[in-house]
Amino acid sequence: MFPLSSTMEFSAGTELALAALLGVGFGFCLERAGFGSARKLTSVFYLYDMAVVKVMFTAIVTTLIGLTVLSAVGALDLKELYLEQTNYTAQIVGGVLFGAGFIVGGYCPGTSIAAMATGRKDGMVFVLGMFTGVFTYAELTPGLDAWYTATARGEMTLPGVTGIGMGWWAAAFVAFLVFAAWGMSRLEARFAPTLGSGRI
Amino acid sequence: MTQSFATMRAGTGGTVSSRADHAPRPYWNPYLVGVLLGLVLLATYLVTGRGLGATAGFAAVASFVAGLFSPEHVAANAVHAKYWNGSAPLANWTLVLLGGAFVGALLSGAQGRRIAFTVERGPRITDGQRLALAFAGGFVAAFGAKIAKGCTSGQALTGGAMLNVGSLVFMLAVFAAAYGLAYFVRKEWL
Repeated sequence: MFPLSSTMEFSAGTELALAALLGVGFGFCLERAGFGSARKLTSVFYLYDMAVVKVMFTAIVTTLIGLTVLSAVGALDLKELYLEQTNYTAQIVGGVLFGAGFIVGGYCPGTSIAAMATGRKDGMVFVLGMFTGVFTYAELTPGLDAWYTATARGEMTLPGVTGIGMGWWAAAFVAFLVFAAWGMSRLEARFAPTLGSGRI
Repeated sequence: MTQSFATMRAGTGGTVSSRADHAPRPYWNPYLVGVLLGLVLLATYLVTGRGLGATAGFAAVASFVAGLFSPEHVAANAVHAKYWNGSAPLANWTLVLLGGAFVGALLSGAQGRRIAFTVERGPRITDGQRLALAFAGGFVAAFGAKIAKGCTSGQALTGGAMLNVGSLVFMLAVFAAAYGLAYFVRKEWL
């Protein structure tokens, strides 16, 4: 049954309408969480407001549970879902650059749109910087895409690599989230009085 | 918060001060928003077979702009060509998703009284310095996202929920780099 894209043919217009609709939900969530503000976002790196990790990890766990349950009852074919190939070098080098850009620029690509939508000038400039970065990548290093594919290790998931089923991983992620929630509340209690008071 | 609100009420003889009327509403509980965001991502997977993304939308605009100058150049460039979409690069799924995200954030921000034409920064740097760093950060983040084939949306969230090993490695690298650099850019934020 799911994903719908495997059993029915959407017209291009329908696909874009769905994109717009899902995007509204996406942007609404980001702004509701406070992710239109660079100070709120970067406070996670100074440990006095861990909302970024809370939202991201809860979202991952929610989707993971949904996918696990739906595939277990036979309503979803996981093999029909797109999976990016793993390329350790690309993901580590790209991840390090991305993390540096995040703490220096104050946003990530999705949240910069939420910042721009709510008037933040630094969000608008970040978007401009991103556009320039993407353009530069295409102009200066167009060969990196082919390098990624040539050196990739194929589709790799934790259940596939370890032989431990998705349900066990989902349970482990839930347990880790509960433990992390406790740890994060401790961190916030420790650092909010000195770093975060009245700042966000 | 409740206390200061009560004080303000008392101070204005029982009427709510205009300041409180226009103060930004608090953000929602992060765990609640996390569940909602997870449901949006789940719905995206169930309908389209793919997850969310953001960087591809920027790449589509880059292809469009390159095409304004020279369609031949787009055809000759592997990256621009990938997003050319039969000379309709702006009809890109992720770009439309970002358009929706702009509207969703605007609605949420307006309802929460959080729309403000300001620069987000700490008290120890100037607006100009902050804007320069925002541009540099955006440039570097975009380049990293292109190399890693995804960003916080496309790799960390979308791939993470599928337990994609590369996505989880990407997420660890992002947080390691940002935590490692946080001390050196503290004047920008604290």
